[in-house]
Amino acid sequence: MSHNEDVLTAQSDQPKKLSIAEQFARRKQGQAPSQLNSQRVPIYGDKATATIETKPLTWRLAHHDAILDLATYQSLRGFEGLKTALEKAPKEVGDMIKAANVRGRGGAGFNAGLKWTFMTPPDGGPRYLICNADEMEPGTFKDRLLMERLPFQLIEGMLITAHAIGATDGYIFIRGEYILAAERLMAAIDECLANNLMGDNILGSEFSFNLHVHTGAGRYICGEETALINCLEGRRANPRTKPPFPQVSGAWGRPTVVNNVETLSNMPAIMINDVEWYQSLPNEKGNSTTPGTKIFGCSGLVNDPGLWELPFGYTAREIIEDFAGGMKDGKRLKAWLPGGASTDFLTTEHLDVAMDFDSIQKAGSRMGTGLIMVVDESQDMVPLLKNLEIFFQRESCGFCTPCRDGLPWGVKLLTAIDDGQGQQGDVEKLEGLTRDLWLGKTFCAHAPGAMEPLMSALKYFRHEFDSKIVVPAIEVDAETSQWAESEIKKVMSSMGSGSPAASSNSSADTGSNVNSDTTAGAEAGHKTLTSNPSDVK
Amino acid sequence: MKIVTDKAPTVDVASILTAQEIEGIHEYIHHYPHARAASLDALKLVQKRNGWVNDAQVNAIANLLDVPVTDIEGVATFFNRIYRSPVGRHVILVCDSIACYLTGYEELAAELKTTLGIEFGQTTADGRFTLLPICCLGNCDKGPSVLIDEDTFGPVSPSEVAELLEYYP
Repeated sequence: MSHNEDVLTAQSDQPKKLSIAEQFARRKQGQAPSQLNSQRVPIYGDKATATIETKPLTWRLAHHDAILDLATYQSLRGFEGLKTALEKAPKEVGDMIKAANVRGRGGAGFNAGLKWTFMTPPDGGPRYLICNADEMEPGTFKDRLLMERLPFQLIEGMLITAHAIGATDGYIFIRGEYILAAERLMAAIDECLANNLMGDNILGSEFSFNLHVHTGAGRYICGEETALINCLEGRRANPRTKPPFPQVSGAWGRPTVVNNVETLSNMPAIMINDVEWYQSLPNEKGNSTTPGTKIFGCSGLVNDPGLWELPFGYTAREIIEDFAGGMKDGKRLKAWLPGGASTDFLTTEHLDVAMDFDSIQKAGSRMGTGLIMVVDESQDMVPLLKNLEIFFQRESCGFCTPCRDGLPWGVKLLTAIDDGQGQQGDVEKLEGLTRDLWLGKTFCAHAPGAMEPLMSALKYFRHEFDSKIVVPAIEVDAETSQWAESEIKKVMSSMGSGSPAASSNSSADTGSNVNSDTTAGAEAGHKTLTSNPSDVK
Repeated sequence: MKIVTDKAPTVDVASILTAQEIEGIHEYIHHYPHARAASLDALKLVQKRNGWVNDAQVNAIANLLDVPVTDIEGVATFFNRIYRSPVGRHVILVCDSIACYLTGYEELAAELKTTLGIEFGQTTADGRFTLLPICCLGNCDKGPSVLIDEDTFGPVSPSEVAELLEYYP
């Protein structure tokens, strides 16, 4: 256990890049292998504000770099929330969370307590709680922090939730690449088992609950609620039809709730501080109606990428400039994704929109996971979109045709355009894909998620796609060449007379595409077939 | 031999899997109400021995869990990190998602390919490394990132590649 008294270093401090040797040594010591700026992530600002009331998710990290043993966690009000919850009836706990309006932190933002109410009534059979820890959305790395450094907080959140929904068994479905997080969670569960905080009659109550860690093996689709359940059952991770919803028929056909890591990690503080406190949290900024705090983050082309727990309502400008150290290399911001690869791009005009579910939606995107991805002016949007769509193509489960065939088609078009082989109409085909792979036309939200960045890139940066489209050269014989040359002279002559309209009419009269190009080329000075007649063969 | 698709051909599991592997799979089975749920765990456990899973091992797992062999095969081929053909002693997974793309993935991938003399999907002639792409490693504040065996590194610059590889003989 390391104690970092200087955890709150100044904002101006730039992160120290760990050498490969340091990273390797950390991993072998069982630490996070590449904790770049661990000295001030995620506590930001005055140390005095890092209390359970102001930073309910991360305040303990102001005292320790990571809380990895039960005694330390308990010394920092650990399991107080569970004790409070166990003194209440399950319905009372559920009603509290519903009233608090804890919005799901996995991306959808649905009221977690309301989601719990859809569970069918207990019938004596098993009921499941699953923690969705399959964090694979490109640009998202917040759950990793909560699991690697605060594993007991997540477990306590799951125990409170399990009590509320009557779950008998739970699973933490964690992506296979989060090896350190899985190790630490398993160790924490074992310690809970040994201390009557897991298993039968927890803390002497009638509540019993068993928890297991289930690791994946690298598929993005496992983060989809029903695909996750299929994977848990040992099947291919294809999504299932809804309805029935998992709360009615989930894992092994039994009532099941699936919640995100960050959502569940909120529960202990709500039990300790109550609902009114949770709802008052956004008042700090006064521009958001979403209660609670959120682990916001920033990555991409900024000076100091990282994570910060903040109330809803901070703007992207504040997060990028004040917390993430501003734009890298002094370049100008071009576009940003509000919360992962499957959200719509926003631009500079949206920088002052409050970061919350409703405000970002009004701006034309989704808050998603709330981790901003910054793109600067030097980036060409076509290869950038190609990268994004290759990801979605590769990670499609292939279950439904629009996704299986549509995403590779999109990649093919983007690759052609990026390689200078794009044909006229290709950008329109991409636009068509954004309609054909939209919600309601595919089995799950994977393909629509892939279309969000593409659709918004075409909306804001369409000219970048159009400018790469090459019109094929036209072979022209000598007779046509002479005719074209004379036409050019006419056009140039008419332009010289100050009558552009005449030139347009001249082109239109011929009814020829060649002449349409003639006018445009001559006006723009482009090197086209007829702008330089000597090129004509 | 008659091809059976709905039931694994009966095999002597003990001759294919080690006693420790069989015991480990049984431990996983206890975590779930149905044995099938241990299929991915079982594949990952068996894969630890040689770095990949062969046909006989897939068959043995199907026998052990009493599920159709095609179902185990379906799981084995679905997941990015279950390998159905031989890989090198160390597998290098290079994150090529948007955060790493923006922060230097292409230069890093090019350096890895040049240093190792292989393309993505290939294994070095000495069987030391296999190079594969992977989607987001959740290390986005430290891009570009790689995962070698069970160790995440980032940021990794092209000039650090040679040093990084030395840790994996």
